[in-house]
Amino acid sequence: MSLLTPSPGLIFWMLVVFLVLVFILSKYAWGPIINGLKERENEIQGALDLAKKTKEEMAQLKSDNERLIIEANAARDRIIKEAKEAADRLVEAAKDKATAEGNRIIESARETIRSEQAAAVAQIRKEVATLSIDIAEKVLRRELNDKSAQEQLVADLVKDSVKLN
Amino acid sequence: MSRFFRQVLTFITLSTLLGFSPLYAQDHSHHDAGAHVSLEEEEFETGKLIMHHIGDSHEWEFSKGFSIPLPVILYSPDRGIEVFSSARFHNDHHEYNGYHLVHGDAEKIVPVDESRTVYDFSITKNVASMILGAIILILVFTSVAKAYKREKGKAPRGFQSAMEVLVLFIRDEVVKPNVGPNYARYLPYLLTLFFFILINNLLGLLPGGANVTGNIAITMVLAVLTFIITHVNSNRHYWKHLVAPDGLPPALLPVMIPVEIIGVFMKPFSLMIRLFANITAGHIILLSLFSLIFIFKSFLLAPVISAFALFMNFIEIMVAFIQAFIFTLLSSMYIGSAIEEHSHADHGH
Repeated sequence: MSLLTPSPGLIFWMLVVFLVLVFILSKYAWGPIINGLKERENEIQGALDLAKKTKEEMAQLKSDNERLIIEANAARDRIIKEAKEAADRLVEAAKDKATAEGNRIIESARETIRSEQAAAVAQIRKEVATLSIDIAEKVLRRELNDKSAQEQLVADLVKDSVKLN
Repeated sequence: MSRFFRQVLTFITLSTLLGFSPLYAQDHSHHDAGAHVSLEEEEFETGKLIMHHIGDSHEWEFSKGFSIPLPVILYSPDRGIEVFSSARFHNDHHEYNGYHLVHGDAEKIVPVDESRTVYDFSITKNVASMILGAIILILVFTSVAKAYKREKGKAPRGFQSAMEVLVLFIRDEVVKPNVGPNYARYLPYLLTLFFFILINNLLGLLPGGANVTGNIAITMVLAVLTFIITHVNSNRHYWKHLVAPDGLPPALLPVMIPVEIIGVFMKPFSLMIRLFANITAGHIILLSLFSLIFIFKSFLLAPVISAFALFMNFIEIMVAFIQAFIFTLLSSMYIGSAIEEHSHADHGH
């Protein structure tokens, strides 16, 4: 059966051709092709990893932002509240101070009035005393002249004193 | 395309009709008086024709009368190396320079002086076809490799992506899962193996193509290379498994050890026979179908047989891929089984 008997010449050429083919293809074809494929796979994997990482970062950023907003809102509310309280306190203090000042002014005014009044009363008293002495002097002097004149004088004096009052 | 099919259809219909026509049939039937004698001389021998076509040859014959002579390279201890064209044998005795070209079961060059020994290293049809295939592979894959350098960082295009599918298939589906983590070392050999078998399978299907992968010498070399690679790289687990399989009763050892050792040699043997038989069988089927036309000498039958041969050709294209795939797959598995780091989990096989 010639079909089943390998011919030595063909075996020789097959070995030569196939080994040369393996060598050439390994060096000039499979090497670059497999490296190219590997590089591309790495690139794709890298891009996918980067996308995943970016996505995670974005989610992180978003949650950070949300937290920041909540914190900012809380801070704002707190600041406004504090400001309000401070303002209230200030108003209250001002009010108290104004009331106290008013009271003090009123008190001092009263004091002044009182002292003025006392001074005026003293003055009046002094003048009344002087007037009384004057009247008494005049009366005394008229008494020395005549009785009717004296009476007249007293009447006038009384009128004057009433007027004075 | 549809116009082409219409023409083919018309041709088939016409030839069928003409097959019925007695006038036309007369020219081609062996009842024709003139042709009768010559037909008797050239009695159609299907077996011989098929064997001639699937066997090797010292010239590349495309059709009767049109053939390319190939160089004959002979080595004999007394004359050294002799190189001459196979066209020199084109004489009445098929004889040249003391050598005789014998067209027997297979084509052979024998010295006229029978005491001499001669070794035939001719570039036969198979060698020429194989070299052609190798050149095609080198041109294709170096250009693809250049594309990878040129189009770095870009998506593959055109022919590059077509080849990439095959390369990736071999790497990811065949080599990686079967050879294991150290697959990269064996990848160049296995890729070359796949594409060498594939291109020669496909070239063999072309009209006038040689039956390279259907030649036992070719498949033998491939199988022996796989055998050598397997055993050169095998680890001690592989050898230990051979002489002392895990989990086997000692009483069975005398039976199992020979079985295992025969198995070692059966693997490359099966590789060799499988590829050889599949491709040769395909060629024989196609040639037998075409021979039917010449046996029946009927135009009625020709279109039917042609249609069936076309169908067979499609199957043969599929077989070309499948056999290249199987050879590579099994080679990967054999290499993988020899270099595998065994754990205790997988005993008992």
